[in-house]
Amino acid sequence: MLAFTLKRLGLAVLVTLTVSVISFSLLHLSGNPAAALAGENATPADLEAITRQYGFDRPLPVQYADWLWNALHGDFGQSYYFKLPVSSLIADRLSVTMTLGVCAICFALFTAVPLGVAAAVRPNSIIDRTALFLSVAGQAMPSFWFGLVLIVLFSIKMRLLPPSGSASWQHFIMPTIVLGYYAMPAIMRLTRAGMMEVLNADYIRTAHAKGAGAGRVLFKHALRNAIVPVVSLAAVQMGFMLGGSIVVEAIFALHGAGYLAWESISRHDLPTVQALILIFSCFYIVFTFLSDLANAWLDPRIRVG
Amino acid sequence: MADTILTVEDLTVDIPIGAGTLHAVRGISFDLKRGETLCIVGESGSGKSLTSLAVMGLLGKRIKRDAAKLEFDGKDLAAIGPNEMRALRGDRMAMIFQEPMTSLNPAYTIGDQLCEALHLHRKVSKAGAEKHAVELLGKVGITAAESRLKQYPHQLSGGLRQRVMIAMALMCEPELIIADEPTTALDVTIQAQILRLLADLKREMNLALILVTHDLGVVARIADKVAVMYAGEIVEAGTAAQIFDNPAHPYTRGLMRCIPVPGKTKPGEPLGSIPGIVPSLVGGIEGCAFRERCELATAACRKTVPERTAKGGHRYRCVHDIASAKVA
Repeated sequence: MLAFTLKRLGLAVLVTLTVSVISFSLLHLSGNPAAALAGENATPADLEAITRQYGFDRPLPVQYADWLWNALHGDFGQSYYFKLPVSSLIADRLSVTMTLGVCAICFALFTAVPLGVAAAVRPNSIIDRTALFLSVAGQAMPSFWFGLVLIVLFSIKMRLLPPSGSASWQHFIMPTIVLGYYAMPAIMRLTRAGMMEVLNADYIRTAHAKGAGAGRVLFKHALRNAIVPVVSLAAVQMGFMLGGSIVVEAIFALHGAGYLAWESISRHDLPTVQALILIFSCFYIVFTFLSDLANAWLDPRIRVG
Repeated sequence: MADTILTVEDLTVDIPIGAGTLHAVRGISFDLKRGETLCIVGESGSGKSLTSLAVMGLLGKRIKRDAAKLEFDGKDLAAIGPNEMRALRGDRMAMIFQEPMTSLNPAYTIGDQLCEALHLHRKVSKAGAEKHAVELLGKVGITAAESRLKQYPHQLSGGLRQRVMIAMALMCEPELIIADEPTTALDVTIQAQILRLLADLKREMNLALILVTHDLGVVARIADKVAVMYAGEIVEAGTAAQIFDNPAHPYTRGLMRCIPVPGKTKPGEPLGSIPGIVPSLVGGIEGCAFRERCELATAACRKTVPERTAKGGHRYRCVHDIASAKVA
């Protein structure tokens, strides 16, 4: 297990470095950063000054090494637009995004996995059909539309939940449902397919033959084997929810990191965009790493050669 | 303690399928005493595996089981609820399956899976269960048993896994073991070892053993009693000596011609075969199910087939009175 963990960790670090190179160079390749910073009415003298001030005249590898070194110490530079340290800017926004992401993935897992199991136990039953309907609807409904429907229903008509903002836990209920519902169908269908396959396996019959009860067979013997691909999927979705929840954040006016990314891109706020790309990528990398570890724990064939 | 451990009378297994009902097991009867080995022989689709699953109560939800009598040690298995049945399974009656490669759960260690059977039925400490597991692994011929407990199924060979399956079936010291083709998936030398192991264990523990197989060589080695199944029926049943020395039913005779006999079958001589295929079991079958493939078939075979009893309780189902008339 230790060797496996170290190997995965090594890979994760390599991927992180690669991503840092790409995120650094993409923005430098997208035009002269000094021009973007100076604005449309800048004189050549202004450009010169800005270039020198920010060190854009240095060779790219030096700029990269400098940027990475600072980034490793939590210093992503100053935001061009907010004139604040990027790190504190992101830290503020990240707590909102993290809360939303964690709630959404938990909501998705705790509804989709039991539904998938129930659907697999009784295929073509009412439960299975309802679950199928829910997942088709989930795939078909755009999240902005679903979000607006919820606001109309629960905030305007029933006046039960606040429509926007992030002041209290009630503010997170609707965004959690919208974001989680987006991840549900895939998790549910994968759980169902995995359980259907595993429940037909010979070792399930063995468990029954030993005299194990239905619940024990289902959750101890079957689910542990069926859940492995679901863990990998959930990790990717978690990464997506933390980085790509821009639409949901915008609808419910939750000022999270996704929203900040969108703002920064439209304002050419280079250091913020760079930092966000790196952080979002790191989320993916961390969650993939964690899901690898979880799967190795679940399935000994992964961890013991 | 009653001498007879299992009584089966007029057992049927029906599988509903799209078009109608597949009558997979069509009214079979047999009984088994403690310490006895019954071999159920037949080709694929003859209903032998379903018979064993029916006795264990392991048929799927959609499959219908019916019997005039299904008694285990005087207990009516048809009348007891699923919880009582579950309490019997793995405790007093255990099963060994055909596929050792896939019959163990890949996610748990051998030790976990062995001890689970014991924990389900007995109050034992973890250490006590492990000690018992190590003993049994030794008994089924696994070396370094203690370190095996921490291994996972994928780290063991097929033969070892089948030994683990046998040890698992023995964990609660059952009175009846049903082994459904336990050697089919193994290579020949391992087959012989596993069969010898089963025979030894049976003798040592006074087990009643039902061995389901299509391999007559296996039957000859281990059986006390034999039941030959064809198209969901027992077409012939008797002691091993009766079946091997005086096979009565044309199907049994056909099967016997399919196996080479050391010393009798000359090199290069073609072995016998039974032409044709098993009839469809969807809907009812009138008359003898074997008549399409039988060399003795006459018009009378379309009518109801009588069950005949030859001397010594040797039973067979055939229109022709083969055992006394010596038709060959």
